[in-house]
Amino acid sequence: MYIYDEIDQTMVDQRVSQFRDQVRRRVAGELSEDEFKPLRLMNGVYLQLHAYMLRVAIPYGTLSAEQLRKLAWIARKYDRGYGHFTTRQNLQYNWPKLEELPDLLAELASVQMHALQTSGNCIRNVTADQYAGVAADEVIDPRIHAEIIRQWSTLHPEFTFLPRKFKIAVTGAQTDRAAVKVHDIGLIAKRDAAGELGFEVIVGGGLGRTPMIGPTIRDFLPERHLLSYLEAILRVYNQLGRRDNMYKARVKILVHETGAEKFTEMVEREWEQIRDTAVDLPAGERERIAAFFNSPLYDKVEDAAGTLVRHKAEDANFAQWVDTNVAAHKADGYAIANISLKPIGGVPGDATAEQMDAVAALAERFSVSEIRVTHEQNLVLPHVRQDELYAVWQTLKSYDLHTPNLGLLSDMIACPGMDYCALANARSIPLAQEISERFADLDRQYDIGELKLKISGCINACGHHHVGHIGILGVDRKGEEYYQITLGGSGAEDASVGDIVGPAFPYDKVVNAIETLVDAYLDVRADGERFLDTYRRLGADPFKEALYGVN
Amino acid sequence: MALIRDRELSEDSWLYIEDGAPVPSDGGAIVSLERWQAERGELSGRNAPIGVRLDSDTAPEGLALDVDRLDLIAVPFDQFKDGRGYSTGRLLRERFGFTGELRAVGNILRDQLALLERCGFDSFEYAGGTDAAEAVKAFDEIDFVYQTATDRRQSAAATRNHPSRAFSNGTSG
Repeated sequence: MYIYDEIDQTMVDQRVSQFRDQVRRRVAGELSEDEFKPLRLMNGVYLQLHAYMLRVAIPYGTLSAEQLRKLAWIARKYDRGYGHFTTRQNLQYNWPKLEELPDLLAELASVQMHALQTSGNCIRNVTADQYAGVAADEVIDPRIHAEIIRQWSTLHPEFTFLPRKFKIAVTGAQTDRAAVKVHDIGLIAKRDAAGELGFEVIVGGGLGRTPMIGPTIRDFLPERHLLSYLEAILRVYNQLGRRDNMYKARVKILVHETGAEKFTEMVEREWEQIRDTAVDLPAGERERIAAFFNSPLYDKVEDAAGTLVRHKAEDANFAQWVDTNVAAHKADGYAIANISLKPIGGVPGDATAEQMDAVAALAERFSVSEIRVTHEQNLVLPHVRQDELYAVWQTLKSYDLHTPNLGLLSDMIACPGMDYCALANARSIPLAQEISERFADLDRQYDIGELKLKISGCINACGHHHVGHIGILGVDRKGEEYYQITLGGSGAEDASVGDIVGPAFPYDKVVNAIETLVDAYLDVRADGERFLDTYRRLGADPFKEALYGVN
Repeated sequence: MALIRDRELSEDSWLYIEDGAPVPSDGGAIVSLERWQAERGELSGRNAPIGVRLDSDTAPEGLALDVDRLDLIAVPFDQFKDGRGYSTGRLLRERFGFTGELRAVGNILRDQLALLERCGFDSFEYAGGTDAAEAVKAFDEIDFVYQTATDRRQSAAATRNHPSRAFSNGTSG
């Protein structure tokens, strides 16, 4: 993991002092709420329906055990004993008090964390593949460049008042677990024919009210030019992105209205002017940062795989969890253990302070003190010995963290919705809970197979509904909650935006509608075909017919 | 309204001249870009400082060939959240080599001063919520920077990799 030096530490400490003074000026009435707003947003503080909300940055989804313990401690002291992991690998506290926020931020700084740029029209917290460093299909650990981007984007003098927020995601693997094609910039690490490392650069993807899969504007950018190229993209966007209409201000609209080819030309022309200046890192700095992400020393374990087979044979529930939640690790004898934050009937992404402490303790004992947060709102222990998985699972079980549903229907993404959010038109959480209860039978979920269900409580699409195999969007219809259903979306390497299947449903009809869709799929699927593949093969007709009775 | 120049409260000797109004023969005069382009010869022949107002929706490229003849460029910020002027400042300084006074005008917040300065602005017409004497403290709140910018402050990366500096990785600091 990256460890702050005195420069990084001074930066976050001084930002805390700066914010403390901003809060003081607000409380003293020197700043109006309007003037305070951009300042608090730069520190991740929102004003929500009932209270301030703080969004803590978890850069590229990597946490140490010590950091997760601190998050648990903060949840107890400053919140109501829980936190909410988000689709951008962040953590939200829903009930902090304004006057206490500077102290809370100081606690974060004490474990090398911050809430910088988790909101506002700036470059947001950078996200990455949660299997970074442990995936077998990886070209390079994407966290090296994610950390480089984190530093470059922190208090960037030119790009702090962009037309709109700006999100960057990085992956180093073939399988896209970071949804890079639906970000403002997506980066995919690759090697060229000569073996040189570089990135495919995707610009202008996004969700919200105008969902778009981003076009690739450069097939291969040598890695040493990463920052100058990003700076060129951001400069073009800062100058030309629309500022007349906040709904048309994201870079995806600029790319779309300009045309990807013309936009690319503008970026390349800007880049030519700055590519060999000091914008890019000195080589020593890249090496310095990369060294923090070297693989840990893995134990050589006699027959770890054999022990795992034996544990599975002895305990069917454990075997089920391993088959669903455990992924292959690049090192012999090791595994990646996914911890589902989607217990049946639970609030997707919520974790209590006790659960955070338990995961921190497990990470210390079994996973080199490291934890990852996924954009699908789950946690990961990235380095677990296969012969120790059983012990891990037993602990998870006593904290209700053992639900074996990764990638299944009940492993859904849901935004906070109208229960917390000032923007929402409809509730998301209770709907997620009811759907989860309806499909509580895990055997039924295994039979259904991989199915990504994603729920957003408004058109801003924080719940990624556009890229759900089944997406649900809450809308307001004359004061009543209605839900539009989309089918066929994907946020993975085969990214696509879902199609609206037909008229929306009132709240109390949605769970039945989902069940109808699932049953229709089971009727017509070919052997081994996922819901998404069936939809892609047959189109919407069988699903429309099942839902509405006619074509 | 206060003027902050080079991080200090300062007297403002410049006047904005409306299009069509006569330009006084002495003292600093700031005119619109259109007027500058129409009366360039006359205005630069005048034996007194001349400045141009460059609106935020106007690309700075139009002044690229004029920077040596201008003593001041004023960039208005109609809304504090309109960040186009930050790019304008960097381009005027870094690409076109403007060395005169670069002034930020309009809706500027105290907490934006340091960022604007990094983008090449050295003077600010400040009407922010707090008094200007207090606001100048905002320039000094953060000791390090992660990026290179117009101000040529050494970036964290350059500091860390400077041969003369034995730098410790880790939390010892």
